[in-house]
Amino acid sequence: MTRTLMEGSSAITEAAIAAGCRFFAGYPMTPFTELLESFARRLPESGGVCINAESELEAVGMAWGAAATGARAATGSTGQGLALMQESLSELTRAELPLVIFHMARGQSDYTQATRGGGHGDYHHVVLAPIDVHEAVEHTQLAFHLADRWRNPVHLYGDFLLAHTSEAVSIEAAEFEPLPEKDWAVDGTLGGSGRSRNVNPIGMTKGAKGIEPESFWKRLQAKHDQIAREEVRFEAEFTEDAELLVVAFGSLARFARYAVRELRRAGVRVGYWRPITLWPFPTEALAEVAEGVERVAVLEQNAGQMIDDVRLSVLGRSPVVPIGEISSDEAGFGIGPIFDLEDVRRRIQEVCT
Amino acid sequence: MSTVEARGTITIAVERCKGCELCIPACPPRVLRMSADHNETGYAYPELLPGCTGCGACLLVCPDFCFEVYQYETPILHEVGAIGDLGGPES
Amino acid sequence: MSDRPVLPELPTLPTDAPPSEPARQLGHFRPRLLLHEDHDLCPGCGEPLAIRTLLEVIDEMGEAENTIGVVGIGCYTAFTSTMDVDLVQALHGRAPSVATGAKRMRPETIVFTLQGDGDMVNEGLQEVLHTAARGESVTCVMLNNGVFGETGGHMTATTVLGQRTKNSLEGRDAGYHGYPILIADLLAPLGGTAYAARGSVHDAPAVGRTKNMLRRALETQRRGDGFSFVEILTMCPTGWFVPTAEGPGYLNSVLGAVHATGELRNAERLVTTAELLQAAKDDAGRREEPLS
Repeated sequence: MTRTLMEGSSAITEAAIAAGCRFFAGYPMTPFTELLESFARRLPESGGVCINAESELEAVGMAWGAAATGARAATGSTGQGLALMQESLSELTRAELPLVIFHMARGQSDYTQATRGGGHGDYHHVVLAPIDVHEAVEHTQLAFHLADRWRNPVHLYGDFLLAHTSEAVSIEAAEFEPLPEKDWAVDGTLGGSGRSRNVNPIGMTKGAKGIEPESFWKRLQAKHDQIAREEVRFEAEFTEDAELLVVAFGSLARFARYAVRELRRAGVRVGYWRPITLWPFPTEALAEVAEGVERVAVLEQNAGQMIDDVRLSVLGRSPVVPIGEISSDEAGFGIGPIFDLEDVRRRIQEVCT
Repeated sequence: MSTVEARGTITIAVERCKGCELCIPACPPRVLRMSADHNETGYAYPELLPGCTGCGACLLVCPDFCFEVYQYETPILHEVGAIGDLGGPES
Repeated sequence: MSDRPVLPELPTLPTDAPPSEPARQLGHFRPRLLLHEDHDLCPGCGEPLAIRTLLEVIDEMGEAENTIGVVGIGCYTAFTSTMDVDLVQALHGRAPSVATGAKRMRPETIVFTLQGDGDMVNEGLQEVLHTAARGESVTCVMLNNGVFGETGGHMTATTVLGQRTKNSLEGRDAGYHGYPILIADLLAPLGGTAYAARGSVHDAPAVGRTKNMLRRALETQRRGDGFSFVEILTMCPTGWFVPTAEGPGYLNSVLGAVHATGELRNAERLVTTAELLQAAKDDAGRREEPLS
């Protein structure tokens, strides 16, 4: 197994190609730009297509069309660009299209956007939040698999730190369980057969008189309920006897985990808990842990977004306190002073007593 | 009595017709007219008079797919009353 | 009212069954690529005529089993349940990008979009412009009736000056509502555009000419020459508040007087709508000159 030192953006690109990604479209915006550059360079030489779309609207539309043909497709952006894409992102979820969305946010202030979205109708996206480049490689391949398995968009939530941190990683095609054939995908061949396809968001079937969106949307609801039961992922350390539980996600969780390990060595009864899937949020798992602790501290780099999910999970079993804050660099790219081990340790210690 | 030659004919799906009348002026030999009766939906529909040429113009302009068009292998002569005075189609 | 012949004395002929005499069937109720004839569009609507023509061309070109359609949002969307070709339903305005993604992944197929004037020119103007400029090998088909028909007759970006709609009750006023966009004129001169034409379905010969345009557009795509575009003027008597029988005349005299029909770009030439209008005027003038 060869390990290569790679920036997160390059590693994600290589992992996507290893997963069979054949189409990518995007519009430059930091810190998504680096990913677009990397795909523009690597995808064509791997037999795929990368289009520098004229806006995020075109980017998501192109990815929609590519995904509708059954090809593994991806797009992405930063919070603003993803805000622009919301109508498409919700509608293509209802059209049950598998799509991977690289949500390269400016810090952690797009937690709510990623997990709730700003689109229309009842819909959910799976959101994977890798803690480092190594996990991003794993999650990128998992994202393509889950998208196909559930015929549903999957986000990979990253940030400037993930895009630019170099780590030694090994990229090999991961093994997953077999997937059903994409018999719903359009290839043009079924015209005139009476069985031609119609990839659409209201459950319309060919030859049918009228439409029945209600039953279709209820079926989608059942699917999302099933995803919520089956795709929950989280990481926990020292939770058995913890008095204080620190909850964090993504890049900032890496600092939290390190600080908790250090404090443990110093004898502090602190635990660490990280949702790997931001949606579905590991509600039951957190509730179980929260039962035995005196306090739950939420560390996130924003005004308080994930804390809503934490409170909905803990449901009064123990007090939930925020220990994060908005923290940014001058450019607003989301690399603030909170990404500092001393700072994180201090925030945890302040709520230890 | 006189005769009118018909080189073609049509079938009309009367029940599907929405009575828009687009076929009436579209017909080059002017052998379509709207009915006095109404179909089950309540629309008047086109009726065929002698003299169809089977050109298919009615089919091209019908939004409701109400026409099928045929051309006779041998033109047919329809006997009609004395219509020359009315300015209608004449053999 | 129309010039319907009133000749009650004439006997009507039976039309409820095929003729018993030997005859050759020239036309069927519906094209082969339409699953059934029923639809809920209004009486006198021009969109089914355009859709029939498009489906006939695809079938006649032998591309029925090699075509992907991307459909926008408008009245014509109702036909996604009956058009028997592989389809992707797009959002309002976004079909050209979806078609781009599909074509890039399936370059061997014929990919078309079906959009209305509200869909393409209002909501999706930048989509179609960029797709054309990129020279995507897709064919965009726009049904132009100058109104949002599905919402009941509201002003679009192609509504002509003076045209009454539900939100321009006294007629579109340039000073208040602005000017209509001649979308074909924006698309035709772009470097990536290989074919652009504007047809109409106001009468049978116009339908025939439109069919030729659709065929040339799809042939352009099949040759890989670049982006192709066909705009089709269609009747919307409901949205125009005119009797159904007056739809074709209104279309030709009101919309057609601004959005003139003809080929704006092909392998040989590139002209503007203004030039098409002038040519039509010159033709009419010549016809009216007395023979000397």
